[in-house]
Amino acid sequence: MKNPFRSEADAFRLVIGAVVYFGAIAIAAAVGGRWWGLGVFVVLSAAVAVWVLRRETRERPPVAPRRRVGEDERRILVVANETVAGAALRDEIRRAVEEGRANVLVVSPALNSKLKHWTSDENQARAAAEERLGRSIAQLEQLGIPARGEVGDADPVQAIEDALRTFGPDLIVISTHPEGRSNWLEQGVVGSARERFAVPITHVVVDLEAEATSAEPV
Amino acid sequence: MSAHAHAEEHHHGPPAANASSAVDPRVLGMLMFIGSEVMLFGSFFTAYFFVRVVNNPPHWPPIGFHLPVFVAGVNTAILVTSSFTVHWALTSIKRGTRTGLKAGLVLTFLMGFTFLATQIIEYARIGFAPRDNAFTTIFFNLTGLHGAHVFVGLSILLVTTIRAFRGHYSAEHHHGVELAGIYWHFVDVMWIVVYFTVYII
Repeated sequence: MKNPFRSEADAFRLVIGAVVYFGAIAIAAAVGGRWWGLGVFVVLSAAVAVWVLRRETRERPPVAPRRRVGEDERRILVVANETVAGAALRDEIRRAVEEGRANVLVVSPALNSKLKHWTSDENQARAAAEERLGRSIAQLEQLGIPARGEVGDADPVQAIEDALRTFGPDLIVISTHPEGRSNWLEQGVVGSARERFAVPITHVVVDLEAEATSAEPV
Repeated sequence: MSAHAHAEEHHHGPPAANASSAVDPRVLGMLMFIGSEVMLFGSFFTAYFFVRVVNNPPHWPPIGFHLPVFVAGVNTAILVTSSFTVHWALTSIKRGTRTGLKAGLVLTFLMGFTFLATQIIEYARIGFAPRDNAFTTIFFNLTGLHGAHVFVGLSILLVTTIRAFRGHYSAEHHHGVELAGIYWHFVDVMWIVVYFTVYII
């Protein structure tokens, strides 16, 4: 959920809304009496509540990447949180870059609590995301895959949208924990991204627990 | 790692906020201040409704007390109009039109001053005092609290207007106008709620 008041224009719209809301109730009460005023109050309040709830879930139009002319390299955007250092993800990236020259951007969303996000207290979240990112980039470089990394927005879909505007990928790889352990899957991040972005999206499931178990010496 | 990541390693101080979903820190500061102001008004409204609903007097306002509904209504129209002019001022400077900025700010200040002057005149003519009873106490408290906020808003607008006439602000840098506008809109919305609650219902 985003803060609905982010600028003077938002505050101005609130003034207009307040005038319409209270004006309609006052006019209804003046013309039809107290019960008419109460009725309009209930109807308008319900309408405002529905509008606010629908506003949260309303889909925005699909966003396509910036087209570049004359570039023969593939641009691969990788979006991952804790799974950013997973072996399954590294394998998927290696497969994708084997097809030719590739430019890989790894985006690690700065996962944060809602309260901290609203108050812009994101230093810890960004530091943790940077640490994960650093490990992942180092591992990719060990595999001979040149990549660069960025810390993205706390909302993974927003982080993809940001990267789409600045990076313009040909392929998006979203890495999550397995079903049942993944907040992103529960929130429908992969589905939302596929609906919104006109770019091929590959979903990689990284089971860090299984990877850790198989890596343990017998 | 990339040059970008290397640059971040050498960066001192807090990392840059992500511009896509985080609010500008200056705007966030104003919004948090307004949040605290809303809570302050909330406590006064609680007192108002306690006196009016919990005590449940047979008549409201009590017999013999009349509120200047029409004059307050005109004042409401003036204040709502001033929100349009401050919005016009900001829109103008975003387009680089300094004349619109100056005219919008001057008009907003004049309308705010008119509102406050009218309210003070009405206080003098209203015929009752805060000490008379619970109704008059809460009436003067609520409208007076709002009047104090109008005074603060006018002070901010005065500084903003002086800065505008001294050549400050541009299409790229106009945060001073934006923050003043947000505060003024808050003052406006609060008055709409106060007018509706105290004078209309």
